Amino acid sequence: MRAAVSWIRAVVPALPADVTTEQLADRLTALGLKQEAIERPGHDVTGPLVVGRVLSFEDEPQKNGKTIRWCSVDVGSANGTGEPQGIVCGAHNFVVGDLVPVILPGGVLPGDFEISARKTYGHVSAGMICSARELGLGDDHDGIIVLPADAGEPGDDVFDVLPLRDEVIEFEINPDRAYALSLRGVGREAALAYGVDFDDPADRPVPASDQAAYDVVVEDPVGCPVFTGRSVTGFDPSAPTPDWMARRIQLAGMRPISLAVDVTNYVMLELGQPIHGFDRDKLAGPIVVRRARAGEKLRTLDGADRTLSEEDLLITDDSGPIGLAGVMGGETTELSDTTTNIFIEAAHWDPVAIFRTERRHKLPSEASKRFERGTDPTIPLVAADRVAELLTTYGGGIVDDGVTYVGAPPAIASITVDAGLPARVSGMDIPASVTVANLRAVGCTVVESGSTLTVTPPPWRGDLTDPFDLVEEVARIVGYSDVPSVLPPAAHGRGLTRSQRLRRRVGRTLAGEGYVEVVSFPFIGTRDLDALGLDASDPRRTLLRLANPLSSEEPAMTTTLLPGLLKTVARNAGRGALDVALFETATVTLPRASGPAPIFGVDHRPSDAQLDELDKALPGQPLHLGLAVSGERERAGWWGPGRPGTWADALDGVRRVAESVGVEVTVRATAHAPWHPGRCAEIAVGDAVLGHAGELHPRVCAAYGIPARTAAAEIDLSRLLEHASSMVEAPEYSSFPVAKEDVALVVDDTVTAADVEAALRAGAGEYLESVRLFDVYTGPQVGEGKKSLAFALRFRAPDRTLTESEAGAFRDAAVASAAERCGAVQR
Amino acid sequence: MSGPNSSYDPVEVTPLRADQVEEMREQAFAAIAAAGDLAELKQVRLDHAGDRSPLALANREIGALPPQARKEAGQRVGQARGAVQQAIAARQAELEVQAEERMLVDETVDVTLPTSRRPAGSRHPLTTLAEDIADVFVALGWEVAEGPVVEAEWLNFDALNLGPDHPARTMQDTIWAEPAENHVVLRTHTSPVQARTMLTRTPPIHVVCPGRVYRTDPYDATHSPMFHQVEGLVVDEGITMAHLKGTLDHFAAAMFGDGITTRFRPSYFPFTEPSAEVDLICWICRGVNSEDCRTCRGEGWVEWGGCGVVNPRVLTACGVDTDRYTGFAFGMGIDRTLMMRYAVSDLRDLFEGDVRFSSAFGTEL
Repeated sequence: MRAAVSWIRAVVPALPADVTTEQLADRLTALGLKQEAIERPGHDVTGPLVVGRVLSFEDEPQKNGKTIRWCSVDVGSANGTGEPQGIVCGAHNFVVGDLVPVILPGGVLPGDFEISARKTYGHVSAGMICSARELGLGDDHDGIIVLPADAGEPGDDVFDVLPLRDEVIEFEINPDRAYALSLRGVGREAALAYGVDFDDPADRPVPASDQAAYDVVVEDPVGCPVFTGRSVTGFDPSAPTPDWMARRIQLAGMRPISLAVDVTNYVMLELGQPIHGFDRDKLAGPIVVRRARAGEKLRTLDGADRTLSEEDLLITDDSGPIGLAGVMGGETTELSDTTTNIFIEAAHWDPVAIFRTERRHKLPSEASKRFERGTDPTIPLVAADRVAELLTTYGGGIVDDGVTYVGAPPAIASITVDAGLPARVSGMDIPASVTVANLRAVGCTVVESGSTLTVTPPPWRGDLTDPFDLVEEVARIVGYSDVPSVLPPAAHGRGLTRSQRLRRRVGRTLAGEGYVEVVSFPFIGTRDLDALGLDASDPRRTLLRLANPLSSEEPAMTTTLLPGLLKTVARNAGRGALDVALFETATVTLPRASGPAPIFGVDHRPSDAQLDELDKALPGQPLHLGLAVSGERERAGWWGPGRPGTWADALDGVRRVAESVGVEVTVRATAHAPWHPGRCAEIAVGDAVLGHAGELHPRVCAAYGIPARTAAAEIDLSRLLEHASSMVEAPEYSSFPVAKEDVALVVDDTVTAADVEAALRAGAGEYLESVRLFDVYTGPQVGEGKKSLAFALRFRAPDRTLTESEAGAFRDAAVASAAERCGAVQR
Repeated sequence: MSGPNSSYDPVEVTPLRADQVEEMREQAFAAIAAAGDLAELKQVRLDHAGDRSPLALANREIGALPPQARKEAGQRVGQARGAVQQAIAARQAELEVQAEERMLVDETVDVTLPTSRRPAGSRHPLTTLAEDIADVFVALGWEVAEGPVVEAEWLNFDALNLGPDHPARTMQDTIWAEPAENHVVLRTHTSPVQARTMLTRTPPIHVVCPGRVYRTDPYDATHSPMFHQVEGLVVDEGITMAHLKGTLDHFAAAMFGDGITTRFRPSYFPFTEPSAEVDLICWICRGVNSEDCRTCRGEGWVEWGGCGVVNPRVLTACGVDTDRYTGFAFGMGIDRTLMMRYAVSDLRDLFEGDVRFSSAFGTEL
C-alpha cells in the first residue's frame, strides 16, 4: 500500500503540521503498518519552472520529417527581462493563448536533466515546454501539459499549480490488517498515532429508495452477503480526470486511465472497498450473482479467456458471465471511451471464495487483494454513492434516484475478555482503563461489567475474533517498545541428547581427518540416478516426487547423498580444486507405501493413534553420511610424492566415524553401484548393512565429470548411532610383559584379509591381545594367484610372564586355525 | 697386578722417582688436553691410563720396593693415576658436549618448510552456527527438538492456525509432495517441530528447533528454495511477551555481542498473537551515526526474525490447556544470521560446496 502524505493529511486534517514524513512513518511502523520505503516524487525537479502563455508560434517542417514549433512564450518576469521567451517545442496539442508549464535554463527535470539554452533546429531554444512524463507526473508524453485557463499568470511558479512534489510512504500491510489497504485505514492509524480526532470518510449518509438502481438477484448469499449499486446517466466519457485525483492514483502505484475507471480506483484507495463499473447499456437483463456452471467461460478485462470452475462466484446477466466476482470484470460490459450510462457495483464477497478464485486463475488484483483479506461489509453502498458523486461532479450527468441494496452485512460476534488479559499476556503494566480506551480507539464497542469486557469489533476489523487479538490491539497502542526484558523462569533441560552429541562428534572427526563439509540441495532427477549406474530395480530409484518441483530436471527428493556430493566434487574440480575430501550429513527421503496424511480438526489434540497414523504416512527420512575423496589425499612436497586417495581412504573415513561413536563395524567385499565392483566394501554392524564404501565405478566418474578413481562412501548414520553404546566396560589389563609373534601366511588371492584375521583370532587362544596386518605381498616368491599376508600377534597373560614356548604354541595354534579355515600356509 | 719381584733391585727402579712420576703425569695431561675428539681421547686413555701406560708399568714396580719406600711410591703413583683418570673423564665429558653440539648443528633443518601433508578439514558454518545457537539455549536449560523435513500438511499448516484458506498460505509458497492430495509437504518453516513438541511433551516446555526448510523461492544471491531456521518455544504458566523479549535480548547479545538488544514491531503470524517482528540494534554502527552504515543502510536496526505469544488456537490443537498455560515462540533464519555475522554477500556460497568457503570457517566458529 502506497499513500501520498498529502492525501493522509487530507484525510486527517488534525495531524500536527510539524510532523515529518519520517516521524509519521516511524509511528505507523510502531503501530504495525510497516514502512517499506519513503519516496519523494518531484523533489528532483528544481525551477525556474513557471507558467507560460503561448503568444505565437510557427510550425517549421524539418528534414527529418518532424514539424517543430518555434514558440514565443510569455513567462512574465521569470526570465529576468520580461521579454517573451523563444522556445522550440515538438508537440502540437496547444493553441495560442494556452497556459503551459515552462522550465527555463538553470532548471532541472527528473533524471538530473539540466536545462540550458541551446541551439536546435536553427533556433536558440531558451527552455522547454513540459509534458507530464517530463515532469514525473505520469506516462503521458503524447503532448505537453496545457494548464487550465485559470491556473495562474505567466511567471507564476508551477509548483503552486501542479501537484508536482509530494512524499509517499509505502507500507507493507500484514494480512490481518486489510483495513489499512485504504486511506481510511491509514488515516485512522495516523490519528491513533498522534492521538488526534479522526473523521471517518466512510461516515456519510447513504440514500435509500424503494426503486433499484439496477435489478440484481443474489442466488448465493453466502458468497455475496451484500450487493449494492447506483446508476449514473448522461456521463461525459471524454471528461478528464482532475490532476489531483490522477496524481493520488499515480502515487498509490496505479495508472490513471479514464475518469470513470479512475474514480472507482480512487474510491477503492480511499475507502478500501473495491468497486466495479458496468457500461449499463451493454447489460442484458437483470444481474444475477451465482456460482459458475461447468464449462462456462469468461473473457476478463485483461483479454484472457478463462474457463470457470463451479466454485467461482460470478456476476452474470442474460448474456452469461460478465464478471469474475471480486477479482476482475469481464470485457463485454467494460467501461469504454463511449460509455455514458454507468451502473456502479459495490459488494461484499466471501473472502474464502475470492481467495480460491484468485488462486485458481492466478489472477491477483487490487480488488481481490482486499476482498480475500476481508473488507468492511457495511460500506459498499457508501462507496458506490461516493463514486456516483465523483463521476457526476467531474464528468457530468446525473445520479439516478434508485438504490440497489441486496442482502445485509453479517452480524459481528462480540468477544468476552478479562480486562487484565492484555497486562498478563504482554508483561506490561496496563490498567483496565487503558485497555478499554485502546479498544475503543481502534473502533471497538466495549461494555464493562466488573473486570469482564464485552467487546464488539468494528465492521472493518474482521480479523478481531479472539481475546488474544484484542491483546495485540491494546499492546501495540501502549507500544511494544514498553515490553520489559525479563528472562523466563529457569528451565531444567538435560542438555543435548546423546544422538545430538554424537552427530557433532562425527562432524568434528571428519573435519579432523581433513574432510570439508558441504550442504547440497536434496532435489534429484532420474538422470542423476542413471549416472550412478543404478539398475532398474534399485530401491534408491523409488523417489518421493514433488508436485511442484523447482526444476523439471530434478522433480524428486533424493534417496542418496552421492549425486549432490559428486556434483560438488565436479564443481570444485572445475574451479581448480582437484584434491578434495568432502562430507555431508543430511536426511534422505525413502518413500513407503502409505495412504495420505490425515488432516485433523484443530479444536482439540488428535489422539496418539491418529498421530501415529500421521507419522506412518510420511516417508522414511534417515540421516545419511556421505563422503567423497578425489585426487591426492596427501600432498606431494619436499618429503616426497603425494599419496592419491583410494578406496581405502573412503572406507577409513567411515571407520573413523564408527570409532568416534564407539561402534565396531565389519567390512565385507561386495559389488554395489555406483562403486567399482572389485573395490567396494559393505559396512555392517552385526548382520545389519549400514552402507558402502570404495572406489567409484569408472563410468560413474565419467558420467559426473569427476577425476578418475574418486572414492566415496555412504552410510545410514541414524542406524550407526543407534548402535553407539553409551555403556563402556572398563578394561582390566595386565602389566606382565608382552610376547610378540609375527607370522607370514600365504593364501589364495580370493581369500580376504578379514577372513584370515578372524581365523587367527579364533585359534590364538585367550592370551591373544591383538592382531595387526602389517604387510601384503604378491609376487614370484609366493606364486601365481597367491598372496602373502604378514600379521603381528601379541600375547599377554594376566598373571605371569609367558614363556617363549608358550607364545610359540599359541602362534602355531593360530596358524593352524588359519590353515584349516583359509588354506593358509606359513612361509 | 704382577706378583712380588724377588730379584728386584730398588736402586734401578728409577720410574718411581717423584720427578719421573710427575713427568708421566704431565705427559698424560698434555695428551689429554691435546685430544681433539672422542676417538683421540680413546687413544690417550690407552696410552696414559691403559695397562701398558707408563704409570701402569710404574705401578707394577711398586711391589719390588722395600716396605718403607713402597708406601710412599704407591701413594705417589696412585695419586698420579687417579688424577689422569679424572682428567680423562673431564675431557670425555667436555668432548661429548662438543660432539653433541656439533651433531645438533649438523642436524639443523629449515623449519620454515611446509609441514602439512594433508589439507585441513572443516565443518560447514551453517552446522557450527546452528550448534552455537543451540548451545546458547542449552546453557539456559532448554533442549533441542527435531522433526522431519518432509512433513504432514496438518502439522505444517492446520495445527499452526493456518487453515486451508488462510491467506497467509500465500506468503510461503509451499513445495508439495506428489500427489498433493496426500497432504505431505516439504516443511516451510520449523514451526511443525513446535507443534510436535507440544503434542508429545507436557509443559513446562523449553525447546529450540534448528532445521532445514523449503519454499518455492528462486535461487539467487538473497533467496534459496532451501534454507535454515531456528525456532524457540516456551510454554509454561505465566509466560508473557516480557519473557520473549528477555530471551531474545539474551540471544542477540550471545550472537552479536554485549549491548546488542532487540526491538519489537507489531506484525502478523497465524501461529502467534500478539505477533512481532524482531529487529536487532545494528552491531556494526550500534545505532549511532548510522547514516553511512552499510550493514543497516542507515536504519540503525536490522531485521532478524519473527516472534510472538503462541496463539491459543495452536495450543488447543496441540492439546495444551490454555486456561493454565501461555507460551511464546520466535524464529529466525540461520542462513541470514550467518550472512549478517560474517558479511556473506551471496547466499549461494552456502550451497555451492566450494571447499574454499567452508574451509575459511574451520571446525568451530
